[in-house]
Amino acid sequence: MSRKSALEGHIKDKLQQQDILLMSHIVLGYPSLQANREVIRAMVAGGVDLMELQIPFSEPIADGPTIARANQAALDGGFKVREGLAFIREVVAAFNIPFLIMTYTNILMAYGVERFIDEVADIGVKGLIIPDLPLEQAQAAIEQCRAKGMDWIGLMTPTSVDERLGKIGAAADGFVYCVARRGVTGSKTSFDEHVGAFMHRCRQATPVPLAVGFGVRSAEDVDYLKGKAEIAVVGSAALDLFDQAGAAALEPFFRGLRG
Amino acid sequence: MSKGYFGAFGGAYIPEILHETFAQLTLAYETARADEAFWRHYIELMRNYSGRPTPLTFAENLSLAHGKRRIYIKREDLNQTGAHKANNVMGQGLLVRRMGKTRVIAETGAGQHGVATATMAARLGLACTIYMGAKDVARQRPNVFWMEQLGATVIPVTSGSQTLKDAVNEAMRDWVGSMDNTHYVLGTACGAHPFPEMVSWFQSVIGQEARVQILEQEGRLPDHVYACVGGGSNAMGIFQGFLEDPQVELIGVEAGGLGLAGHNHASRIASGKSTVGIAQGYKTCFLQDEDGQMRDTHSVAAGLDYVGVSPILADLHQQGRVRFEAATDVEVVEALKRMVKSEGIIPALESSHAVAGALRELPQLKEDAVVIINLSGRGDKDIFTIAEALGDAKWKTYIQERAAIYAAEQGERS
Ligand SMILES: Cc1ncc(COP(=O)(O)O)c(C=O)c1O
Repeated sequence: MSRKSALEGHIKDKLQQQDILLMSHIVLGYPSLQANREVIRAMVAGGVDLMELQIPFSEPIADGPTIARANQAALDGGFKVREGLAFIREVVAAFNIPFLIMTYTNILMAYGVERFIDEVADIGVKGLIIPDLPLEQAQAAIEQCRAKGMDWIGLMTPTSVDERLGKIGAAADGFVYCVARRGVTGSKTSFDEHVGAFMHRCRQATPVPLAVGFGVRSAEDVDYLKGKAEIAVVGSAALDLFDQAGAAALEPFFRGLRG
Repeated sequence: MSKGYFGAFGGAYIPEILHETFAQLTLAYETARADEAFWRHYIELMRNYSGRPTPLTFAENLSLAHGKRRIYIKREDLNQTGAHKANNVMGQGLLVRRMGKTRVIAETGAGQHGVATATMAARLGLACTIYMGAKDVARQRPNVFWMEQLGATVIPVTSGSQTLKDAVNEAMRDWVGSMDNTHYVLGTACGAHPFPEMVSWFQSVIGQEARVQILEQEGRLPDHVYACVGGGSNAMGIFQGFLEDPQVELIGVEAGGLGLAGHNHASRIASGKSTVGIAQGYKTCFLQDEDGQMRDTHSVAAGLDYVGVSPILADLHQQGRVRFEAATDVEVVEALKRMVKSEGIIPALESSHAVAGALRELPQLKEDAVVIINLSGRGDKDIFTIAEALGDAKWKTYIQERAAIYAAEQGERS
């Protein structure tokens, strides 16, 4: 059962040099693939360690208003999955950090689930985050990812009971994505003892590294997570900043998050 | 087969955060379903509050115009708030009580489900928020007015195509953060398990009554049963009365919009243009592009303007048990006029799809055929849309006069 994931090894190596890793998130095609290039360059220069590339979907039920709007805008701008995959191939080759794909089940289905997993693994994508495919429904996809050396990233949430955290934890590869609070992405989370207690429950449930997302916006948030999680995930906050100030603002922002 | 699946369709494809909420809901539903007293209580409530059983009206003039064929109308328009939606919301309201939650949310297209939910919330003393596509808010103002009078907060959804599917997404987003005290009253037989099955169960009261009524009035089962299909709840409701009777043909009529040639329709099955996908929590036939992005749909009837269809109906179609047809906006307005003039019944534009489907086929049916049309709702709410579609000059003059009065009032105030 305990299979050593390359991604997990990479995360642990990096943790030798720094106390917490940063993972960022971008919506492909928002506002354009060209803008995505600049954003990725700025984020990597700002010290981002891992990156989630979201393939837009017309019904992003697990996303909050900021990211949902970006999904819609990307599609209105003519985003196509095939071009998105070509773009992913390009950035995986160009930047020396692990990339993960975040998207919804239907995008994989329309492409062909097996074909999708094979292709993105061959491109060099390190993991998949699919928020609307619960553990029970994901078995075949998980097996296929393992066979291809790619990780299926499970999600743990504060409403998951311990028994379920245990199941998700036992099946986890690479790392687990811990959702810091109830609700969709975007709004503010207060990083306090509730998050701390939840992180403790996650830690009990799995030996793999923990990533925490949903509402991480500031250096204080990241600081709170040090020692409790291995990865802090910054999504909507970076997207909001990009909307206000453009790609150039992202490099100092991520640098500043390290405190 | 695993729970919540109907053939290849159904399931629960939900964010992890809702896992426990669905587990609790499924348990509440299954316990209620196993409890005969619950159903008796439900039937009693519907009798006293919603005027059930609704009549099965013999459509004398329509029948006379079609030889010896006999046409019956199941009168869901006579429910509290004027549509079959009342059946589902009162049933879910009783479940909300069992679960001890204090707030309900709902999505609505035509507004009928929103009004029904707001009514239930008013009666049961629950807080209520309704999500409605901004486009639907614009075309269904009378229903928005009533929801607000009933104490509900109506939130216009400006994302996506600004119609029903986008309202579903927003309601899901609300629920993901509010599930502790909130129940999502899904309006149709779609969504993640247990919704398709649960909503169909509450709506099955339509078919149970219709079966008894037709046997009483005709002494035999009908040959054909027509129902319109948006998500599919009224169709599932009446079809369930006859599913086990293979001699009864069941016909679902979808929105043909401007015609099935382009994408200006919401015909998932009859158009043959949908493909199997997973969205909004379940697996069914969706109108989507090659990438799996949902397409914009169109119908003159907001309540039928939806990209997915009940997984139970998708399966019944695959099994060959339900036949699917589509009626265009033009046919639907004609059918509505015909029903109004010949029977004195004003159907909703949604329900007029079932009427249009039946009227188109009546001349070909066997000579002594007995037909039931499920009239899912009444058309009062559609007065603006219908008057516009009919190009009624007197109505337009009236609206202009009212607008002039309001403009003058505003001028005086400022
Ligand atoms: C009067 C009426 N009929 C039919 C429908 C379609 O829903 P369903 O297919 O679930 O019956 C609606 C939906 O709003 C409606 O208001």
